[in-house]
Amino acid sequence: MPSMNPKDLISFAADYFPMVFKKPAPKYVSESGNRVYGMVAEFHETPKVYHAAEMVRDAGYSIWDVHTPFPIHDIETAMGIKTTKLPMMAGIAAIIGVTIGVLLQWGTTAYLYPTVVQGKPFGAWEPFVPIMFELGVLLTAFMCIFGMLALNGLPRFHHPLFSHERFYKVSDNRFIICIESNDPKFDPTATRALLEKAGGTEIALIEDED
Amino acid sequence: MHGLQPGEQPSPRTNPVIPGTSDDGTLSEDPGKRAPCVLGDRSFEDVTNIVCGYAEAKMPKPWLAALTITSSIAALGTGMILYLIITGVGVWGLNNQVDWAWDITNFVFWIGIGHAGTLISAILCLLKQNWRTAVNRSAEAMTIFAVICAGIFPGIHVGRVWFAWFLAPIPNSNGIWPNFRSPLLWDVFAVSTYATVSLLFWYMGMIPDVATLRDRAYMRLTKGVSRPMAIPMPIGNDIIVPQLPKPDQIRVLIYGIMALGWRFSSRHWHRYEKAYLILAGISTPLVLSVHSIVSFDFATSIIPGWHTTIFPPYFVAGAVFGGFAMVLWLMIPLRMILPNFSDLLTLRHLENMAKILLLTGTMVGFAYGMEFFIAWYGANEFEFAAFADNRVNPAKAPYWWAYWTMITCNVVFPQLFWFRKMRQSPLVIWIVASAVTVGMWFERFVIIVTSLHRAFLPGEWHMFFPTWVDILTFVGSCGIFMTLFLLFLKFLPVFALAELKVVMPQSHTHDDH
Repeated sequence: MPSMNPKDLISFAADYFPMVFKKPAPKYVSESGNRVYGMVAEFHETPKVYHAAEMVRDAGYSIWDVHTPFPIHDIETAMGIKTTKLPMMAGIAAIIGVTIGVLLQWGTTAYLYPTVVQGKPFGAWEPFVPIMFELGVLLTAFMCIFGMLALNGLPRFHHPLFSHERFYKVSDNRFIICIESNDPKFDPTATRALLEKAGGTEIALIEDED
Repeated sequence: MHGLQPGEQPSPRTNPVIPGTSDDGTLSEDPGKRAPCVLGDRSFEDVTNIVCGYAEAKMPKPWLAALTITSSIAALGTGMILYLIITGVGVWGLNNQVDWAWDITNFVFWIGIGHAGTLISAILCLLKQNWRTAVNRSAEAMTIFAVICAGIFPGIHVGRVWFAWFLAPIPNSNGIWPNFRSPLLWDVFAVSTYATVSLLFWYMGMIPDVATLRDRAYMRLTKGVSRPMAIPMPIGNDIIVPQLPKPDQIRVLIYGIMALGWRFSSRHWHRYEKAYLILAGISTPLVLSVHSIVSFDFATSIIPGWHTTIFPPYFVAGAVFGGFAMVLWLMIPLRMILPNFSDLLTLRHLENMAKILLLTGTMVGFAYGMEFFIAWYGANEFEFAAFADNRVNPAKAPYWWAYWTMITCNVVFPQLFWFRKMRQSPLVIWIVASAVTVGMWFERFVIIVTSLHRAFLPGEWHMFFPTWVDILTFVGSCGIFMTLFLLFLKFLPVFALAELKVVMPQSHTHDDH
């Protein structure tokens, strides 16, 4: 997700609606005239990429990412990622689900359509518990998955990284660190030097062809 | 380049077992050493190739043969359902006294089988049982397919299917709302929530693995090694059709859409793992609630044999039992047919599942005994008669054979697993799993039909005999289940790739452990 900076927001919207929003002028342009998306470096082993992530974090970068075939344990610390708000959102969804369950059952059974069944009271809460629970679970699950996708900015079928042929090995056994050119500290030479020092190979600039 | 040809597999290990034993290296009981989850010193690339290779290979002839058979059976079952809808529920063997029989038996049977998937994904995830990665994907798939089969039966048994929407709490022109105090309506909510959450859970787990399939297909296309489309022939060579798009082009499109543009970003993984953990946390009570609510359908009535408080835990234990049996029943042959899968699904994993079968089987056995004890101790003569006269005693109970089949299959067979040799033999596990699957079907038959066929008044006693439509509908539901499972085996990642890589030693971030 982008920060609340208006320039970032326009850039974010332009990724999805290129016909409506135009990307702000790029900071860096490649030799072929394309906007530079960022710089990538490859790693082959988990401990190496973990330590490299710590170095990038300590160098003060903020807009960067580590692409790994599986979630590396505790990479959040190495990258300095703050804990997501997803659990809070899921909790709110659970409360909404239970509330819907209460209103739906109590409203229909006690007010809209009270029916005598075995002489039981219309407004008793006990028989409403199972459906309150189920609706709470259902909405929490929706929030978990769709909230996770929304926070991740997915689905997004086009991305500059997909133009990098070696990026496709990430889904198999490769680890790639990508530092974006939007990062205030990004500098083609200094960033390359940092990635080399961190042990990255196949360092390359990624162009955004738009 | 290795792994770039569609369907290429790493060579299977030359000596898959320790010489002189049947141990594949995971069965040793050394408390200081954890059994490996992936055998054969496999690299990440090997694991990717094993799992994706089968999904990308040409359709194997035995698979096509099996699919032909199961889809014919599924078509037969669909025909039976249409026949029922066109004619009416009279084509089944139901009568005034036994008004729930095979339909609800099949429903409870299938929904029970559907419990293993979420149990493996959710409860074993919370308990940090790493071995679950070997079976979680296939068990979740099996869950979805079993719930689909389960959903058919209550849907069609209502008689006038076109009024099934009356179950939904939506305002309609009659101004009628469903009765929320009825367990049957709780069941509608429980099963539909369970189906939705299981489907989302399965799909979410698959996003990264489908992205792997997408990337591999794309790489083959750009490197020009994609195969042209070929129509598989039962005998002889396949017919190549260059005019059609290549399979890899279709894969890029379909897997690409399914993967939602997943980029394996660590920032995404962080939220993904959190979402997975919360889902596991809420699915655990969900899976326990679903079969509890199914049991309320029976337990809240006053029929002797149904009206017992032990039903919710007893049904849940039975569901886990039946579900694990089905997972084993499906995965053991698969492991034999595809040799590389036995590196991912080790004997240790099978042994662990055999232990769960033993535990849940014994719990079910305890519940059978306790039902009987309470019927006697509670001094309710109707309830005692429901057990002693209608189930157990061959001299008095016409369905005694169903009861004793259930006891033999569910209680006696799993006791074999007290012996280590037995729970380490895939063949024995497979035989017990088959017995348990049969036994769990009979358990539901015993509960439903034998309780109903003799209620309070002898004048209304009535036997139940299934008609050919009853039988073929059940067989057809098995066909639907197997067809869906075969399609899953061929076209989707059968193992949770990303999760398998996490439990491999190379995934650790520090060299020292």
